[in-house]
Amino acid sequence: MKKSWWKILGAALVIYATIAGLLLGVPHLDILNESIRNLYFHVPMWFAMIILFSISVFHSIKSLNSKNEIDDLKAVESVNAGIIFGILGLVTGAVWAKYTWGQFWSSDPKQNFAAISVLLYFAYLVLRNAIDEEQKRAKISAIYNIFAFPMMVVLLFVLPRLQSSLHPGNGGNPGFNSYDLDSRMRMVFYPACLGWIIIGYWIYTIRFRIRTLENKQF
Amino acid sequence: MHVANQVKQLVKKEIRLEWRSKYALNGVLLYVVSTVFVCFMSFISMPDRLTWNALFWIIMLFASINAVAKSFLQESRGRHLYMYTLVSPIALIIAKTIYNSLLMIGLTLIALVFYAMVFEPPKEMDIPMYLIAVILGSLSFATIFTMVSAIASKAGNGGMLMAILSFPIIIPVLIVLVKLAKNAIDGLDRSVSLDDIGLMAVINVLVMVVSLLLFPYLWRD
Repeated sequence: MKKSWWKILGAALVIYATIAGLLLGVPHLDILNESIRNLYFHVPMWFAMIILFSISVFHSIKSLNSKNEIDDLKAVESVNAGIIFGILGLVTGAVWAKYTWGQFWSSDPKQNFAAISVLLYFAYLVLRNAIDEEQKRAKISAIYNIFAFPMMVVLLFVLPRLQSSLHPGNGGNPGFNSYDLDSRMRMVFYPACLGWIIIGYWIYTIRFRIRTLENKQF
Repeated sequence: MHVANQVKQLVKKEIRLEWRSKYALNGVLLYVVSTVFVCFMSFISMPDRLTWNALFWIIMLFASINAVAKSFLQESRGRHLYMYTLVSPIALIIAKTIYNSLLMIGLTLIALVFYAMVFEPPKEMDIPMYLIAVILGSLSFATIFTMVSAIASKAGNGGMLMAILSFPIIIPVLIVLVKLAKNAIDGLDRSVSLDDIGLMAVINVLVMVVSLLLFPYLWRD
């Protein structure tokens, strides 16, 4: 029980964020209206995804140096967990876009680039499936993972800054922080981010443990 | 310097091999020429500047994947092993990248001339600026595809993997590139494009550094 305090914390934070996010007051803004509550669900997905992909790159670097199978398993399972969050982020974003911008896919730079970076990690998984030999697979996929990571950083953090976007905080649009993320929303938003990151990490550890158990059976 | 000498010899070897068979050059040239011709048959005329630019880069994207993929995919395992015993991996990846950059710049310039002959280029085009975009573009295609083709060849599963692996990586570059080229086509003031040129250079340097760091791991079987 002592060891799993962070899991309890994560679960509590997500439950809190879900209930409080749907019930507590939010600022009333044009167009957004009540859909602003999606901020508590849409944005934390991306934070969790980026953290999980960073964990994956960290373990890929480690596996290149150590040639340890465990590091490779950690790298692939954190990508698997990260992709779930990436897809959820795209879906929550698309639904939000439908009710505020008018279409599910508004060809917004951030939307496009997020989709491309998810594609990048699908390519990583396809590459893994293409190689049978385990050590070779670990090495080559780790190399691709490290090679792709700087490109994902460019895609998600550099390019959207240079183009006009419908997202807040880009291309002259004021960011959420400036006027609409008031103290009431902060009370929910930050715990929600932390909670989802912890849940993401939890999913990754569970997947990793299942994978190691499966490997032991054979 | 030891590595510099090896790089020089390797680039010479690549150029000599290419000059003997002229396979990549002629093959890809024919590929580009026929693609442009097919496009001409289907478009006939191209009044829109945006399409002119986009079509050129789409043709170059596929041509360069085919041209650069050859650099590692077409060499046998035996030759890889032979090279492994002879030269340092750093020298090899630098030499391959230099050779592919030269090949790509040559190819893209020839393709551009032919493309401009078939489809009349927009009148306001800032030609020196467009050439800068073309050269930067060929350099980034060469650096990225060289590393990806090394990965794909080690995975032992040729062409399809190469396309899957390289598209998501090349897209950020392509976005900046098309924007830069469009600025040149619209004849915008050159200061507008400086940011994009800088970003392209940064991406290129980044890719090159990561390749140099990772290739020795990839090369050692």
